[in-house]
Amino acid sequence: MSARSRSFDEEVWLAVADPSRRSLLELLINGGEATASGLASEVPFSRQAVAKHLAVLERANLVSSRRQGREVLFSVRAPEVDSAAQMLVNVGRAWDTRLQSIKRIAEELHQATIVTELRGDANETETTSSTP
Amino acid sequence: MTAATIEREIKIEAPIEVVWEVLTNPAHIVNWSAEEATLDLRPGGAGSLNFTEHDHVSPLRVETLDPPNVFSYRWSQPDGEEPTEENSMLVEFILSEDQGVTTLRLIESGFAKNDWSEEKNREYYDDHSNGWDHFVPRLASYAASAHVSAQ
Repeated sequence: MSARSRSFDEEVWLAVADPSRRSLLELLINGGEATASGLASEVPFSRQAVAKHLAVLERANLVSSRRQGREVLFSVRAPEVDSAAQMLVNVGRAWDTRLQSIKRIAEELHQATIVTELRGDANETETTSSTP
Repeated sequence: MTAATIEREIKIEAPIEVVWEVLTNPAHIVNWSAEEATLDLRPGGAGSLNFTEHDHVSPLRVETLDPPNVFSYRWSQPDGEEPTEENSMLVEFILSEDQGVTTLRLIESGFAKNDWSEEKNREYYDDHSNGWDHFVPRLASYAASAHVSAQ
């Protein structure tokens, strides 16, 4: 469940690691097909930066492009975004599970220690009280 | 914070030393992570997590060790490579204790060579609506709806 095997795609992680790329991806998700210039008008970074980020998203297969006349239109690849989302959710869930286990184990260990100490105290009390 | 990160925080009703032990002792690690674990507990020390169920061994390398407050390691590097800042994920556990309750923070980050040349738009990135923990659920819900409409 928590293994890092083929389900963990470094390219995808890298692609969405950058907040700029996350916002571009969301713009494409919400607004549909767009050109680099169109996207650049909606974000506080240059068209060149947008183009660079789109290239990374394309390498990770999250975005595809097609030429229309003189324009290049970018859009999201739904199935790939679907599996990317799944992977990202799974990585988070795996940690939730692990942390819950860590909590349970540590608390059980601690409780066991308290019980042992109490018994120890009780024994001592017994010993002292039985000694006149 | 510039990287893709998973951040979690959990409160544990146990002293910090106990939580530290659970985090760093392979005898305990096998109960919350992989089925088999080895760990050379020193900075730069090697370890491995063997997820036998998936037939997958994840080698790891201890990055920072500051008992009982900080334990971090790198993993998820490509097979056969040594983990570096650029090819691996960094897992950080940060512990603090207040009146017998330990707060354990987990941060997993990586692959995020900071390549923004445009630091001037800092506040844009600091906007939490654009942050990782908000992004992932939105992406997932988009994916779910796209999946449905594609069928």
